[in-house]
Amino acid sequence: MATPLNLKELSKKEIRFTAGHRLCAGCAAPTVVKMILLAACDYPVIAASSTGCLEVSSCISTFTAWKIPWIHNAFENAAATLSGVQTMYKALKKQGKIDKDIKFIAICGDGGTYDIGFQSLSGAMERGHDMLYVCYDNGAYMNTGIQRSGATPTYADTTTCPAGAVIPGKPQQRKDLTRIMAVHGLPYVAQASPSHWPDLMKKVRKAIETPGPKFINIFTPCNRGWRSRTDDAIMLSRLAVETCFWPLYEVENGVTRVTVKPKEKKPIIDFLKAQGRFKHLFEPGREKMIEQIQDIIDKNWERLLKEEEMTLPKEEGNK
Amino acid sequence: MMGWKEIPPGMVILEPGSALKVKTGSWRAAYRPRWIEENCIQCLLCWLYCPDNSVKVKDGKREDFDFDYCKGCGICALECPGKKGNKAIVMEEEVK
Amino acid sequence: MTKIVAVTGNEAVANAFRQIEPDVCAAYPITPQTELMQRFASFVSNGQVKTELILVESEHSAMSACIGAAAAGGRVATATSSQGLALMWETLFIASGFRLPIVMPVVNRALSSPINIHCDHSDAMGARDSGWIQLWSENAQEAYDNTIQAFRIAEDMDIRLPVMVCYDGFIISHSIERIEYFDDEIVKKFVGEYKPLYPLLDIENPKSFGPLILTDLYHEVRKAHSEVYKNVPKVVLKVAKDFEKISGRKYGLFESYMLEDAEIGIVILNSAAGTTKDVIDDYRNKGVKVGLLKPRLFRPFPYAEIGNALKHLKALCVLDRADAFGGSFGPLYLDVAASLCNFDQKPILINRIYGLGGRDYMPEHAAGVIEELRKIAKTGKVKSLKEYIGVRE
Repeated sequence: MATPLNLKELSKKEIRFTAGHRLCAGCAAPTVVKMILLAACDYPVIAASSTGCLEVSSCISTFTAWKIPWIHNAFENAAATLSGVQTMYKALKKQGKIDKDIKFIAICGDGGTYDIGFQSLSGAMERGHDMLYVCYDNGAYMNTGIQRSGATPTYADTTTCPAGAVIPGKPQQRKDLTRIMAVHGLPYVAQASPSHWPDLMKKVRKAIETPGPKFINIFTPCNRGWRSRTDDAIMLSRLAVETCFWPLYEVENGVTRVTVKPKEKKPIIDFLKAQGRFKHLFEPGREKMIEQIQDIIDKNWERLLKEEEMTLPKEEGNK
Repeated sequence: MMGWKEIPPGMVILEPGSALKVKTGSWRAAYRPRWIEENCIQCLLCWLYCPDNSVKVKDGKREDFDFDYCKGCGICALECPGKKGNKAIVMEEEVK
Repeated sequence: MTKIVAVTGNEAVANAFRQIEPDVCAAYPITPQTELMQRFASFVSNGQVKTELILVESEHSAMSACIGAAAAGGRVATATSSQGLALMWETLFIASGFRLPIVMPVVNRALSSPINIHCDHSDAMGARDSGWIQLWSENAQEAYDNTIQAFRIAEDMDIRLPVMVCYDGFIISHSIERIEYFDDEIVKKFVGEYKPLYPLLDIENPKSFGPLILTDLYHEVRKAHSEVYKNVPKVVLKVAKDFEKISGRKYGLFESYMLEDAEIGIVILNSAAGTTKDVIDDYRNKGVKVGLLKPRLFRPFPYAEIGNALKHLKALCVLDRADAFGGSFGPLYLDVAASLCNFDQKPILINRIYGLGGRDYMPEHAAGVIEELRKIAKTGKVKSLKEYIGVRE
């Protein structure tokens, strides 16, 4: 029987990502990994990571935080690497050399997913490997020192798009990778946040129990890169959901469901003001920029609701 | 430290969870959490949210912190719902 | 039992793959390798092999998937050429660093720019220090034989290293030659059952592949890795000895042709060695003491053996089918020169670059080199240390 997704029962399960890793104090990534592996607690899991914070901090020298088989190959190829592991599993299972039901999960940062690893991810998903790819999205190249990535939000201050007198942080909009993955026509694509852990775990469980290629994008605050407090990772994740900066939804076989709808949509300023990377937007004369950000979020949220309305079967109705 | 003759082929690490030998509790600088049992409603959110598995739980019940690994980030204290407005986790000055 | 057929080099290697049946093959098309994987794909589609194919979106992903599959714990192969090998470059080092016994035919082709689809060796030479064993093949028979031996060499528990089997694009890959095929059962028995080392799929014993290693340990890890290559020549010779028992064909670390009593000599890789041997025969008939050395194991380079085989010559030309732009000499020359440098008695060396981008290497080119070597041997004078041959002024 499947382990119920409540904390009392889950706390009796082994955490397959140990302490002693060297991620920064208050980093959300280890919590996200813990949630993923707890959601998958009924199965043996083999994981892969791209080069990045999680990778260098979880497996260094002779010390590994992983209690499951894990492989790091390079920066841009976690999806291809795991597709190789999964294909060998398929080959040996077919030959009767393995009988266990093993799940394959890639856990990679946004640089290794949105940018340098995008081709590898897109290819692996198109080929239909039975694996789940999770992006822990902290919105920049944090491991190399907070450089902008395709996931960096508009006007965020990073070390390669620093907020200056002429250019106010990242001028471009972030890539909507979750949507791009949904357009691949995968059986399951979702966006999740550790603040809403029952939703996150349900999505991971649904994903691993769905055959074929799956993708989940998980919001993962980084207090060093965002210049926020070490204790606010979960609080900021919650704000990201409540402001609709990071809507929680899933796309299952072409049907879009918004899984958590904020009772009251908070203004984006609440999310921005808690982070030093947006500090420059609060200087006089830059009010328009916050309005622009709000405008982007409103449009994306409206579009998502429309998409849900268009795709949701009538009998399910709107929640 | 290992000499070259002890290096395993491919530098593959054969001992799962060997990171437990690295006691990251030494990273704690300013603050450490204190658990106030009487205010604890046993929601276990601190156990879930802790990035360093530093909240010990036995048979579904919370026990004290594991200071061997706690980096003192304070997420547990911030997220603790407490009982009737009284937090079950507070951050206090680190004593070394 | 053997069967004699007339097939292309690619077809022969595809047939070796069919007989070996790797558990997983990842591949991406590139001329002149494509035919190999096309033919193999039809074996997969027709159920003639148990192999799972991963038809990736780039060579970088081909090698990445091979690394994943090999780490998982089974027999893995791929193949490539030219730009494809260049794109794999980063991951080649990871495959060898992980000690994964992946086998990869490299159908040698020139590198861009300018783009060119024909043979030279700049692709494999660019990857020569990636930690892969390189076996070079003069003709389709050698490509077939080397492919079969490559799996045994790669998977030997004393080394566990990836192997490239190099053969010349179009000249060998697409020309039809006479080949002796083994019966399938002989090949299967020769290659044997795959034995995994540290398989990721062994979920009872979880392993972590690819840790971050910093200044306190990296130097030791690299020293340990470097030591492994010392074991390669004896494994290659052991496998060659077993192979001779089933084939009657002798393989070594290199082939010596009329070298023992020679006064002048040529070192050359792959198909051009065949042409050169013909020309050497003509000169031997005229009483000129000329010989040839054709490296088979180019990586690791058996410098002691090669130095010993060449040191008695008066003059020696190393013919490179790749230039090393901005470097002193061609890549093959550098290794041969380094092999000889500590001997008191050693030949005068020259380096000639030939056949780039598929330019024909003709008997008159070999003859020209031999004439030059005769002069050098007689006078001790060298006009030019490094020069292109067969090039229009």
